[in-house]
This record gives sequence, structure tokens and C-alpha cells, in this order.
Amino acid sequence: MYKYVAKRLLYMIPVLLGVAFLVFTILSLTPGDPGSIILGITAKPEDIAALNAEFGYDKPFFIRFFNYIGDVVLHFDLGNSYQSRQPVIHDIMARFPNTFLLTLISMSAASVIGISLGILSAVRQYTALDQTLVVVALIFASIPGFWLGLMLMLLFSMKLGILPSYGAGSLKALILPSITVCMTSAAGLLRLTRSAMLETVRQEYIRTARAKGASQKRIIWKHALRNALLPVVTTLGTSFGASLGGAIIAETVFAMPGMGTLITTAIRQKDIPVVMGATLFLAVLFSLIILIVDVLYAFIDPRIKAKYQNGGKRRE
Amino acid sequence: MNNSHSRTREQFAEFWRRFRKNKSAVAGLLILVLLVGMALFADLIVPYARCVEQAGADRLQGPSAAHFFGTDEFGRDLFARVVHGSRYSLFIGVATSLMALAAGAVLGASAGYFGGMVDNVICRIVDVFMCVPPILLSLAVVAALGTSVRNLIVAITISCIPGNVRLIRSVVLTVAEQDYVEVARSYGASNARIIFRYVLPNAMGPIIVNTTMAISDMILSAAGLSFIGMGIQPPSPEWGALLSAAQTYIFTSPYLLVFPGLFIILSSLSFNLVGDGLTDALDPKLKD
Repeated sequence: MYKYVAKRLLYMIPVLLGVAFLVFTILSLTPGDPGSIILGITAKPEDIAALNAEFGYDKPFFIRFFNYIGDVVLHFDLGNSYQSRQPVIHDIMARFPNTFLLTLISMSAASVIGISLGILSAVRQYTALDQTLVVVALIFASIPGFWLGLMLMLLFSMKLGILPSYGAGSLKALILPSITVCMTSAAGLLRLTRSAMLETVRQEYIRTARAKGASQKRIIWKHALRNALLPVVTTLGTSFGASLGGAIIAETVFAMPGMGTLITTAIRQKDIPVVMGATLFLAVLFSLIILIVDVLYAFIDPRIKAKYQNGGKRRE
Repeated sequence: MNNSHSRTREQFAEFWRRFRKNKSAVAGLLILVLLVGMALFADLIVPYARCVEQAGADRLQGPSAAHFFGTDEFGRDLFARVVHGSRYSLFIGVATSLMALAAGAVLGASAGYFGGMVDNVICRIVDVFMCVPPILLSLAVVAALGTSVRNLIVAITISCIPGNVRLIRSVVLTVAEQDYVEVARSYGASNARIIFRYVLPNAMGPIIVNTTMAISDMILSAAGLSFIGMGIQPPSPEWGALLSAAQTYIFTSPYLLVFPGLFIILSSLSFNLVGDGLTDALDPKLKD
């Protein structure tokens, strides 16, 4: 098991280098240079050139990339923002808690709502309740997050006037963005849990349990659920990534100072260090979460645990 | 020849019988047909001139008999703009999904079928792409290429490809182990022939469902990017762009947000409902 975790941690290195290269390349393709973006088109060319030289932007692409990677790896330095000249890590530390809290709250709520309603829907398959839940889930999966956010804002901030429509800092300000992000994830989890449950119920061991005379309750809770939740747990890792994406949109709608608004603003201003630092930070976080989920998965499923202990092969 | 033709028809009849049983899927198909009709015959429903006609006196009027969905901040008829905007969303949704499917099929099938080095390289690249939230990837690509319909399509397609590669690879892996692939290989069929003639058609079910559902996601992504100003720009009547412009008037003229939003939901929902119906109709395990 330790060997597996160590191997996966080592594997993160080339992936993160790949992410760095990918984002760096795309950003370098954006038009304009940081000097002229900051000083404006009316500035003297010498001043622009001087500022670009200060940022090291006068050097060729690969030199810039390797300098950046060198700073990150050797000095743990994400560089300074072109705009504010402050260390990028300060921006990230100031904004990350907001995004993390938003993602955490909405993911937890989505898991509770999605998984429990998914079980309910599967247990009552073909009833009116099941059909309603499935259609409602599909409707929520079809609502653009930003539109839901705007409608919530309209209802709770304007009509009822009970919740703030923007900002961060208080738990109250997090309610509407959390609902926005939560609904889409919950809809996905409901559908997944439902189909996983239905798939499991068709397995031989459920038939065996039934033949042995186990009660319906025991079959659902003891035999079916534990097996059905396995695929659900695996996707929790990836849906964390999706929630992060949803959080980016929600932050824009509710004007929250989070990672999403940080990165979107930085992309527009061609603030390469900020985009790079924030994206790499999210990529590390995301990779670690996937790893944790995979390890947990092995703990829940004895079959997989045995596989790691014997062969140590990667799960496909 | 004749025989295989009638078999295909039989299969389709069977598929249709099962699809029809799912009421919500039929409803989704109906909504979809109506929306496609609206996009195709937009000019017959309401002339394009009404999209751009500005009537200063009629600014920000609520829905009425003259303007079904009301008017925007320039006095333009929102109904006409929503009808003509349907062309963008549906076209972008379908185009991006098909392009991402084509790219995903080539890469995913090669990875799954050849294995080894090819598989390794493709999977590692996919892992890299999967680490960046799709919306950020699209945003960066749009920033690099500039905002236009074509670039938006490129940006969304790129963010959709990695997931497709993974799905198609895993489906192909399952199919490639089947006996009939072994038989085709023993006959001396070429790799390309085996992939396109035997492996992909048999892997079609999950791929079709995934593509249908992906269209709905693509519609939402396109609208989202346009909404934050990184997609289709005003004055184009794309639904996300309409919402973006309407945001300023959210508290005074909320109908400007409601109508385009409802149409985004309807189009996205129709593909989701159809995809859901296809899941059941194409799943051989559920045959009864």
C-alpha cells in the first residue's frame, strides 16, 4: 500500500510538469506582452521594453518556462504578480479559503442529498416518486449554474431580502453560492447512485441473499448499498473537480473573492505568474484528492486491496 | 444485402419500441424537434430585422402582445432575439460534441486497441488535461485565440476531448477482448478495419449516450463562457450573451434573464432526456 501511494505521488510530478507546460504555452499564445498591457498603448516603447525585461518576458519561451519551473521547484517560489507586484502565494492564500469553503459546503450537501435521494429512487424503482426524482435531477443538471445563481439572487436578495447577493466573509454570504454549486453536483450524484444501486441489485449475490430469506431492508443496507457506493466514491473525487469549476462560475456571479475570480481576472490581464501559480495550486489539490479517494476506495473494497498487495498494478 | 437491410430495420423498430416506452425521453425528443425547427425556420417565425430594430421609446418594456418576451435596453424585441439565438446554442452544442467525439474516438480507440507505448503516451497526456478544470482550460484557450464563434467552439471542444478519450478507451478495451475481434484478426483484417468495422460499432451504445448528454453540457459551457464575456460577444443574440447583457438590469427587468435562461434549460434538458432514454433503449442487458 505505501509503495502504491509513493508511486502515485511520484507520478504526480510529470503530470504537474505537463500541466505547467500546457498552461504556460496557452498563456504565451495570448496576444500582447505584460509591459504594454500594464502601461497601456500610449506608453513609450523603452518603458514597455524595460518593464518586460524586469519580468524576464524579453527572453525566449523555453528559457522563461525553465526559469519559472526552476523557481517553483528549487525555491518554492511562485513568483510575483505582474499587476500587483506582490508574491502570488499571498493572493492564493487570501482567496483559497473562500473557494475551499464554498466547494466543501456544496460538495457535502450534494453528497448527502444526491446519494440519499439516489438510493430512495432506486429502491422505489418505477414508482411515481422515482420518475419524479429522475426528471427533477435531469432538470437541475440542465440548468446553467450562473443562471440558477442569478435567480436565487433575485428571489432571496431582492424579493425576500433575507440573504446578501454578493461578497464573502460571512457564512450567510456563502449560502446562495453553495446552493448554486450544490444543485448541479447533487443531480449528477443522484443519477449515478441510482444506476449503481440498480446495477448491484441485479447481481447474483443479491439473488443469493434473497434466496436465503434475508429481509428487504437487510439486502438494501447490508448487501446492495455497500457495493453500489463504490463507483459513487470514485466519482466523488472527480466531482470535486467539477464543483471547483462550478465554484469559479458562482464566484463570478456573486462577486466573491475566490480562486475562480482570481484566475479569470488574471487570464484577461495576461498576469502569467498568477494564472500559473493558481492553476498549479488547484492541480496539486485535485491530484491529491483523487489519490486520497483511490486509497479510500482500496480500503472500502477488499477485492482491490488484495490486488494491490499481490501485484501492485494500477487500477484501470 | 437485402437480408442485412431488413435486419437493420428490425433492430431499429425494436430500439424505437423501447425508446417510446420512456415518456420523458419522448417529451425530450419533442422539445428537441421544436427547438431545431425554431432554429431552422427562425426567419419565418420572426424576421431577423426585428432582432436589430431599435425602438428608443420601447426600452425595457415588460412582456406584452406586441413584444412577447418584452424589450431590452435598446428597445430590441427579446422574442426575436431568443428565436434567432437558438441557432448559436444548438449549432455549438452539436458541433463541439461531434468534433470532440471524432478526436476522442481516434485517440481513445488507438489507446485501447494498440495498448503499450501508444496507450501510455495518450493516457499521460489525458491525465495532464484532466488536472485543469475544463472551464479554466476553455477560458485560457479563448484568451489565447480571441473571442469568436469559431474560437469558442475550439475552446470547448478541447476541454471535452480528454473525458471522451477515457470513455472510448475503456469501452474499446472491453470490446477488444471479445471473441469476434480475435476471429477478425485471425482472418488477417487490418488494424484500421478491425477498429472501425468491429470494435467501434460494438462500442457504440455508451458512446452515443455520452455524446448526446455531452451536447447538453456543451450548451451550458458555451452559454457560461459567453455570460462571463469570454464567448460570443453582443450584439449577437446568443443566449449566454443575452444573459450577460441583462445582468445589469436584474433587479429592474428580471424577464430579460428569465426567457433566455429558460431556453438554455429547455435545449440542454431535451438532450439530457433523449440521452437518458437512449441509455435504456440501447442497453442490451435491459432487453425484455
